[in-house]
Amino acid sequence: MEITFNINGQSTTVDVDGNMPLLWVVRDVLDLKGTKFGCGKAACGACTLHVDGVAVRSCSYAVRFADGKNVTTIEGLAETHPVKQAWTEEIVPQCGYCQPGFMMATAALIEKKPNLTDEDIDQNIVNICRCATYYRMRKAIHRAAELNTETA
Amino acid sequence: MKLRKLLIPTAVAFALMVVLVSTGKESEHFATTESTETITPNEEIFEKVMSVVTHLRCMNCHPTDDYPRQGEDSHLHRFGVQRGPDNHGTAALQCGSCHQEANNDFSGVPGAPHWGLAPKSMGWQGLDKYEIAKAILDRAKNGNRSLSDIEQHLTEDALVLWVFEPGVNNEGVEREKPPLTKEEWIQAVKNWVTAGAPIPETE
Repeated sequence: MEITFNINGQSTTVDVDGNMPLLWVVRDVLDLKGTKFGCGKAACGACTLHVDGVAVRSCSYAVRFADGKNVTTIEGLAETHPVKQAWTEEIVPQCGYCQPGFMMATAALIEKKPNLTDEDIDQNIVNICRCATYYRMRKAIHRAAELNTETA
Repeated sequence: MKLRKLLIPTAVAFALMVVLVSTGKESEHFATTESTETITPNEEIFEKVMSVVTHLRCMNCHPTDDYPRQGEDSHLHRFGVQRGPDNHGTAALQCGSCHQEANNDFSGVPGAPHWGLAPKSMGWQGLDKYEIAKAILDRAKNGNRSLSDIEQHLTEDALVLWVFEPGVNNEGVEREKPPLTKEEWIQAVKNWVTAGAPIPETE
């Protein structure tokens, strides 16, 4: 079936099985490799991207539901985006594989919660990082929230 | 010896007779008791509706606290998922972050329109079936629904009806379904509403 949606601000139409995971479409059809496959069961968060501003686990998101919506992947965040700046400042990644998912979840969080507490982070950022970069990540999430309110 | 050989089978036969006779009497006694305790039509209608309402497929998302349950053992939802301010999760961990409008049988994530928790006033965990039924009918708790609104909600809402087609879990195993089929449930609700939504007196 044909599905039309915006990806990082550009309209695109794909002709695929409507039940294909949005992650497959993003990576294999649209060739945007920043979004990662982790568990395939919406449990680890490596595939997190935004659909209409909501952080979504794209491995478990049938592409037909994206029709007419705005999808943003890690490639769609500007280099000056507070999350990218904070991640660079805090030198967060180790192997890096899970980071785009964490960054997209964080980008969604700081839009909705300008003044973050540690509890907010515990409640909202539940992705999994095998390198256990959680401490640097926590610092970067706080920093991203700060930068976001400064630029707002 | 001869006498003993004869006595033993006789005794056994006698004992058996006693048992049989008394069992016959017992079952007769129970039959009489049962016939006087048949449940009334209203009770039957009520029990049918509540057999679904109290099923874990419904109960898992009707907590009295702020944590959804999941699975056939109703464990706390993984990842520390919480109710959030509008019953649809927290800022960046929305129900819709994983649950879409239909089941995803590849990942095992269930889905239906407006996936989320029932409001806290409709928390059912820890209540018995009579208390749950009273809460369902209580306009102060049920979102100010009239009886016909309740009928419509229970028989037409896509999230309510999801319980009859719950899909497979993350291991590809079919989720347990409530004891009635969707059609039987819809009829049971209509019968209950037509009867004036009776709630039997508790002892």
